[in-house]
Parts: sequence; C-alpha cells; structure tokens
Amino acid sequence: MSDITFAPRAPDQEISGESLLTRLVLIACALVFLGLFLFLPLISVFAEAFKRGWEAYLAALADPDAASAIWLTLYVAAIAVPFNIIVGVAAAWAVAKFEFKGKSLLVSLIDLPFSVSPVVAGLSYMLLFGAQGYFGPWLKAHDLAIVFAVPGIVIATIFVTFPFVARELIPHMQALGTDDEEAALTLGASAWRTFFTITLPNVKWSLLYGVLLCNARAMGEFGAVAVVSGKIRGVTTTIPTQIEILYNEYNGAAAFALASLLAALALVTLVLKTFLEWRYADAIAASTHR
Amino acid sequence: MSLAASTRWRQPSILPGFGLAFGTTLTALCLIVLIPLTALMLRAAGAGWADIVAIASSPRTLAALRLSFGAALIAALVNTVFGLLIAWILVRYEFPGRRLIDAAVDLPFALPTAVAGISLSAIYAPNGWVGSFANQLGFQIAYTPLGVMVALIFIGLPFVVRSVQPVLAESERSIEEAAALLGASRLRTVFRVILPAVAPAVLTGFVLAFARAVGEYGSVIFIAGNIPMVSEIAPLLIVIKLEQFDYAGAAVIGMMMLIVSFVMILVLNLVQAWGRERLGHV
Amino acid sequence: MSSSRPQATAVPPVGRLRRIVDIVSIIAAFAFVFFVAWGARAQELLNVSYDPTRELYRAINTAFIAQWKAKTGQTLTIRQSHGGSGSQARTVIDGLNADVVTLALAGDIDAIAERSTLIPKDWQKRLPQNSAPYTSTIVFLVRKGNPKGLKDWGDLAKPGVSVITPNPKTSGGARWNYLAAWAWATKNLKDEAKVREYIAAVLRNVPVLDTGARGSTTTFAQRGLGDVLLSWENEAFLAFDEFGKDKFDIVVPSLSILAEPSVSIVDGNVDKKGTRATAQAYLEFLYTPEAQKIIAKNHYRPRNVEAADPKDIELFPKLDLVTIDAEFGGWAKATKTHFDDGGTFDQLYKPAR
Repeated sequence: MSDITFAPRAPDQEISGESLLTRLVLIACALVFLGLFLFLPLISVFAEAFKRGWEAYLAALADPDAASAIWLTLYVAAIAVPFNIIVGVAAAWAVAKFEFKGKSLLVSLIDLPFSVSPVVAGLSYMLLFGAQGYFGPWLKAHDLAIVFAVPGIVIATIFVTFPFVARELIPHMQALGTDDEEAALTLGASAWRTFFTITLPNVKWSLLYGVLLCNARAMGEFGAVAVVSGKIRGVTTTIPTQIEILYNEYNGAAAFALASLLAALALVTLVLKTFLEWRYADAIAASTHR
Repeated sequence: MSLAASTRWRQPSILPGFGLAFGTTLTALCLIVLIPLTALMLRAAGAGWADIVAIASSPRTLAALRLSFGAALIAALVNTVFGLLIAWILVRYEFPGRRLIDAAVDLPFALPTAVAGISLSAIYAPNGWVGSFANQLGFQIAYTPLGVMVALIFIGLPFVVRSVQPVLAESERSIEEAAALLGASRLRTVFRVILPAVAPAVLTGFVLAFARAVGEYGSVIFIAGNIPMVSEIAPLLIVIKLEQFDYAGAAVIGMMMLIVSFVMILVLNLVQAWGRERLGHV
Repeated sequence: MSSSRPQATAVPPVGRLRRIVDIVSIIAAFAFVFFVAWGARAQELLNVSYDPTRELYRAINTAFIAQWKAKTGQTLTIRQSHGGSGSQARTVIDGLNADVVTLALAGDIDAIAERSTLIPKDWQKRLPQNSAPYTSTIVFLVRKGNPKGLKDWGDLAKPGVSVITPNPKTSGGARWNYLAAWAWATKNLKDEAKVREYIAAVLRNVPVLDTGARGSTTTFAQRGLGDVLLSWENEAFLAFDEFGKDKFDIVVPSLSILAEPSVSIVDGNVDKKGTRATAQAYLEFLYTPEAQKIIAKNHYRPRNVEAADPKDIELFPKLDLVTIDAEFGGWAKATKTHFDDGGTFDQLYKPAR
C-alpha cells in the first residue's frame, strides 16, 4: 500500500515536467485563488459558528426548530436522492448504450435544471400547484397540499438535483462502450443480471460521486425550496431556510452553526469519497481503463 | 425483444432495456422538469405579445439580463482559467494538503447559497477581511457588480475542475514526452498537445459554470447591492415582479433566461456529440 | 454462558409471548398517549407575519397559549411564518394555509382580499382601530455621535450622505420610509417638482437596496455601510439591544408617518379548518391590556397606553405623525402612484453611477 501513497506523481527527472519554480508558482496561484474564493468563506462560516463557544453551538443544534429542520432535510434527501439515482441510471443507460435521434436534445433537457434559476423553478411549481395555479383549485377541492408542504419541498429538491447522477454516469458509460454487456448477454446472462454484475460495478465510482454531489446539493438547496416552503417554523423549514430565519433574527451564531453542519457533512462525505478512491485506487484504475 | 421494439429513429442494438430506461427517463423528465416549465411558458404567453415585448425590451430588464449574463460570463471565464490550473496541480503535482483541496473543491455545491452569500459579503464588505484591504487600494468589491462576480465565481468553482480532472488524469503522458523529445518547448507542448486534448472537457465545465451562474439568486442578493440598472440581477427582477403580483411579468423574464440557457446547453451537447462522432470515443 | 443457554431455550414459549404482550402494550400506551395528546392538541393556528415581528409574536403566543389553556383546557399550538410583508401576502394568495395574517401594511392584506376570495374586502372594519392593534413609525438610526449631523429628512438629500433603506418594491418597511420622506417634503417644500427633486436626491444617496428590513439593518450595523438607516422604530430599538447602544444613536425627524401594521383572520382558511373561534380570540387578545403591555415592551406603540409599562412608553419620542389615509388617500392609491411599475419610485430612481 505504501508504494501507492508515496509513488511520485510527477518524478523530477521526467522529461516532460515543469521546473520546480514553475510548479511552485502554479501551486501558489491556485492556492491563493482557492483561499480567496473557497477557504475564506469556509473559515468564516466556522468562525461565526463558534463565536459564542461550544455550548452555544451545541445548543443551536439542539433547538427543537433546528432539530425539526435537520430531520426534514434528511427526509427530503432520503426521497429525492434515491429517485434521482433510479432516473439517473435509467437515463445514462438509454443515452450511453444506445444510438437514437434527438439524443442531444434529451441530454440537454436533462441538463436543463442546472441552468434554470432556482427562483424560476419555484415559480413554475407555484404556477402549477399554487392556489392560483393550473392544478390549484383541483388540489384544494381534494384537500391535497403540494406547495407550502413537504411534497412541494421534495419535488423542488428533485428538480434542482435532477442532472447530477446522469451527468456523472453518461460520460463514463459512454467511454466504457457496450462490449462487456454484449459479451455477458451472448453468454446467456439475463438482462438484469448483466446490469447488476457488469454495468453497475463498472460505473460504481461515478455513481457514488454523482450520489454524493446530488445529496450535498439536495441538503443545501435554498432558492427553490424557499419559494415553495412557506417558511412555517418547525414544519416546512429545511436546514437552509432555517439558517435564513435565524440569520434574520440576528442569531448569526446559530445560523452559522447549522451552516457549519452542512459544510462539515459535505466535507466528511467528500473526504470519505477521497479515502475510498485512494483505498481502492487499483480497482478504480482497473474499472476505468479496463 | 428489444430488436422487435426498436424503431427507425434508433439504431438496433442487442442490449435490452431501452424501452424501460427511456420510458423512465422521459416520464420523470416530463413530471419534474417539462410540465412545470410548460406552465411557466403558458403563463408568460398569457401576457400577450405587446406586454411580452414591452417587458423584454424595458431598459431595466435589459440591464438586469446584461448583468446576469455578463457577470456569469466573466465568472465562468475566471473559473475556466483557474479551474484548469487547479485541476492541473491536483492531477500532476504532489504537495501537502492536496487531498483536502481535492475534497473541498465541491464545497460550493453543498453550502446553501444563502450562507455563501452571507459569508462572502462579510469577507468582501468594506469592513471585511478582504474588503478592507481592497478599500485601501481604492476600490469596493461587495455591493458592486464586482461583488456579483465574486459570488458567481464561488458557486461555479467546482464545474471546470471536476470536468477537466478525470480527462487530465487519463491523458497519455507518453505523447507529451514524445513532443518534448522531438524538441518542443514545454509551453508549446502545453498549448499544442495538452490543451487540445482537454478542450471538450473545459468547454463542458465552462458552459455548466456559466449556466449555473446565470440563474443564481440566493448568494448574489446578499453581496450585490441590488441597485436597479447597476447591480440588479435578472432573478431579483423576477422576485420583484412577483412581489407586485405580476406573475406574467415574472414568467416572461424567467422564460427569456430559460430559452437562452437551454439553447446554450443544446449547442454544447450538439458540439460534443459531433466531436464524438468525428473523433471516436473521447 | 452454558447455564443461560438451556434457560433461554426452555423459556421461549412463555418468554416470547410475554415479550410480545409487552411490546404490544407499550405500543398501545404510546398510541393512546399520542392519540390523547393529538385530541387535546386539536387546535393549531398559523400566523403569517412580516419580518420584524418575530420577537413580538413569540412573546404574544406564549401569553395567549397560557390564557387559552386556562380558559378552554385546550393546548394550542401557534405556528409562525415570517418574511417580507409583500411576499408573505403572496404566499397566502398562492395557498399557504394561514389562519391569521399580521402584515406590515393594510395594502398587503388588501391584496389578499382583492386577488383571492379568502378575506372579505371590508376586513379592515372588523376589528377596532383599522384592525391595527399596534402602530409604529419610521426613525433614523445613525452612527454614535451623529458625525454627519443629520437632524431631519432634508439632511438625507445632502451630497455625501449615505442612506440605507430596503427596496420599496420588496419591503413593506421601505414603503413606509419612502412615504414618510414624501410626506415631509410635501409639507416643507410645497411644490411637487421640488418634492420629486428631493426624493430623487435621497435615492441617489442609497448605495445598497436590500430586499428586506432585516437585510438593511445588517448592512448598516454589521457591514458598516451608510451614515443613516431608515428604520422601523421597533427595529431601531432592537438594533440597540442586538448590536450595542454604544454604536448607534436614534434621531427623530420633525415629522414621520403613522405606520399601522394590520391584522386579519383569513376567513377562507379558518372556516375550512374550523379554527375561526380560536383565530378570532387570538386577534382580539392583541387588544387586551396584557397583550398591549407586551407590545410596548417590544417597542411597538400600543393603542392602549395605560396598559403598558410607563418605562416602555417613555422611550417613544413625541413627533408629528401623518397617516396614510389623510396624506396619500389610502394604500390602493399610494401603491399605484408610487410603487407600481412606472410609479414615482421607478421614475425618480436614477442610480448615481
């Protein structure tokens, strides 16, 4: 294992490398940029969160409204992420393994939620399910609530995170081609067996990465959820909306405590992912290069 | 079975499951994305042509769109340059903290945009850590269009890095070595050999960062200043229209943003599909 | 270990049965407690309010829940939703199931009455004093010692003064700010052209337009921007408490506007949920001496001054207050003239750079 960790990525003797000075300058440039735009905000989140000490931090997380927001966020992610995994895998299968007309259009439509302003997404759902919307009167007559209730938050979250899994899987599956599956099918494996024993293991790393991103974004989404949540304290507030509420109550420490929770969660999952990649570096290399 | 089901618009394949996969995708796409956006289009169309043109051509709308698209463009360009650089050092160099940076690059995805906006405005405000320094140099960052760009750079940061990184990791070092052996300078090798190889990935990252930045709202409003005609972004204009109960006006601006973004993404995907056909599997 | 094993295999029939009985009875007990709790809970109110009232309604709700329990034995839950006044009105129109709305201005409740069938058009006559159980006004919050020497509305138009106010398009408080300035100018400058010139000059001094009152307070207090914050009186006092009295001073202008944040039952929703009686009692409670005292404590001006703690009343400066109805002919007209697309705000707002 040690030879993996200490294997030089770019040996100094290498003919096509840059000089040490160039390397240092490039690394310094990147670090300054990351420092200004990534690490400073991150540090300020944690600095604000712990401004009033550990006890205030823990108290902020234990607050019933905060607890209910954390619970709701987990609940929403628990529905939105599996949904997007199923749809993302299906989309990647259709797009990467088959040739058909209009494929670029389909891929573009899958990408669309990336570029739609969360405000516009929220507005669209409002126009559809709000009391003044197209389905509003019918929903009201049947006593069903979508917007300003949990279903609306779930749908808005699914919308925002829709492309992540498919986006990660498509290029990878395209690069892998269809040879393995064809071989398995020719040898008499059933379709599902082929999928679960050949395709899925081949792309598990992109899938995992897509799921991590999808999950992170699902938990962190603010704009679209804010429009459809109605911000009822303790009922329809997710972590991001609760953060806004706390911030507007001049309770910056509590707001940033919740924010740091999301940041920490993201960091932990991403570090975990990096660790897994490192631990199974050989397996990954095998699966990508076949 | 799949052969029997295959239609003319699809090339035959021995792989099964196209119908199921395609059907699932299309159903979900319709329910989650297309029907709501159709509702938006319908409401915008309900405004009537005269109103649509009036809203779309008002100086304030145009100024907001110019800022949203302009700032997004600049932010995406900055992210392209630095994203490429970050991907390069992450893939090619070994230095302390590399894995931490690798993990942290995705942070802008996870941090709620409002939190990003609040902490960025705290840092870049005239009395903030960076803002006070800039103030001494005689310019202001937060509450100007510059502030909008800062927020957009933050949220678009991961896209280019994450698109380029895998391609760079898999690119063949032997070609670079060959170029070097044949006497090409390092700079020449970078521009003639490496950059063309990662160009499609860079383009993908650029367009995604751009598209995401155009629609961004949560983080920008905290740092922008929101002055009409100067630092007012298009999504804020949508919110303002909504506050006046002007759903049609909001839908019109939303639709304009949607169309431009969609056309951009479509063009990108067509270019990529074309590239794949021409160059084989990239 | 060897002794426990035969025991475990010998006991099962009885042990398992007993365990099942235990589990079932525990579940039943929980279900019963939950059911009873649910039954006793019965009533839940949702109060949809605007941004600065968070602290006020937290106190009011505690008092009302206690009173309701004593009176009826019911345990009442009151849910709160806060946001910009206009956007809160919109969410109610769009179907947020509010029992009562307590918004920053009558115009926003008018909008609900106009654009939905949830509230009758004559809602404002249903409760005393224009359905506004408390009032407030607009004052100036300046940096300690008032370094720019700002005394009255006229000073805001001077070059080099930086004024922080939210955007009147998105914030109810900012509409009151704008109309207060307009009222002062009308009284002192007489001529309409001069009034417009004055308002345009003030707007040129605004470097940041936040979307809500709380955003503006943060910009002013924490980001250090601006020489003066146009603020709700109660927000100015709150800023004292939150950020320290040693940092700011309150300046009271010669004239300001009587802001009447209004309240109403949302008839369409309470009738459907069967909460009309509770909602009605909740709003009427706001007029009781007990609630009026809480109101004064939270730096809103109570309607019933005798009920309040004299110490709280002392804090309120005396100043000339104009009303929206007398000065501007009501909210419908004021909104149309000043804040709709193409209104005076749009006409006069020319950014400095």
